[in-house]
Amino acid sequence: MLNTYVPVLFLIGLAVFFAVFAVGVSHLLGPRRVNPVKASPYECGMITLGPTHQAVPIKYYIIAMLFLVFDLEVVFLYPWAIVFRKLGVFGFVEMMIFVFILLIGFIYVWKKGALEWE
Amino acid sequence: MTGSIFYWIAFVVTALAAVFAAVMVITRRNPIHSAMFLVLNFLCIAVLYLLLNAQFIAIIQVMIYAGAIMMLVIFVIMLLSVEEEERRRKIPVPLAQMLGMVLVFILFAQLIFGVVVKVLPGEQGEFSPERIAELGDVKTIAGLLFTKFLFPFEVASIILLVGIIGAVILSKKER
Repeated sequence: MLNTYVPVLFLIGLAVFFAVFAVGVSHLLGPRRVNPVKASPYECGMITLGPTHQAVPIKYYIIAMLFLVFDLEVVFLYPWAIVFRKLGVFGFVEMMIFVFILLIGFIYVWKKGALEWE
Repeated sequence: MTGSIFYWIAFVVTALAAVFAAVMVITRRNPIHSAMFLVLNFLCIAVLYLLLNAQFIAIIQVMIYAGAIMMLVIFVIMLLSVEEEERRRKIPVPLAQMLGMVLVFILFAQLIFGVVVKVLPGEQGEFSPERIAELGDVKTIAGLLFTKFLFPFEVASIILLVGIIGAVILSKKER
């Protein structure tokens, strides 16, 4: 059972190896001649003024929150698909009720204009 | 399966990585670093679920917790301007700290009591990891969720609806 995950483990190992190898080798072999211009955060453009950790507008948060809710909805669809044939019409109706309730939420969000970027 | 040496190595490595990540989460000063270690912690827990033959829960753990919920957490960190919080943090909070310490002590006492003095209480449920491996993980969950636990499942949709409306009301200006 667990042996089926050995390829996954290999893949993770390979990915880590590639990342470490690429960064490590260029770190070891690459020449490093630093001068003040190269070390500055922006070689062209203005140097930032004031604190850089600015509070982000809440518009982003609502998109993230709505994504999370509908992502969760999709999660319930996976096990439903597995037993769909076994449950028949009953299963279809119960999932339609579930999706319908969330559809109300979607229409609410749409009508409220929460998806618009203003 | 649970007795094999590979299983135990996998368990010990992921469990230690999870504890390490959890300690890093609460000791980092930069909240973004904490969030990244929390992702590592969630991934370790997903592996622990895999070791218990709960593949579906493991995938959900990665998709929902390490993916969507962590994204939300990072958005919240970005919404609050962190440097302001950092300055405000100089105010001491002895009461909260003391309460926290008391709670930690109670938790540790329970843990030691549970592990050393007697076996952990509670009865074994119907679906042990071995049984789940036999039946198929997603099939077991789906079979119960859409029949026996149908009502909680439908209630979940209403909770999600409340979540949607709450998010819109809290963050949307009236036009």
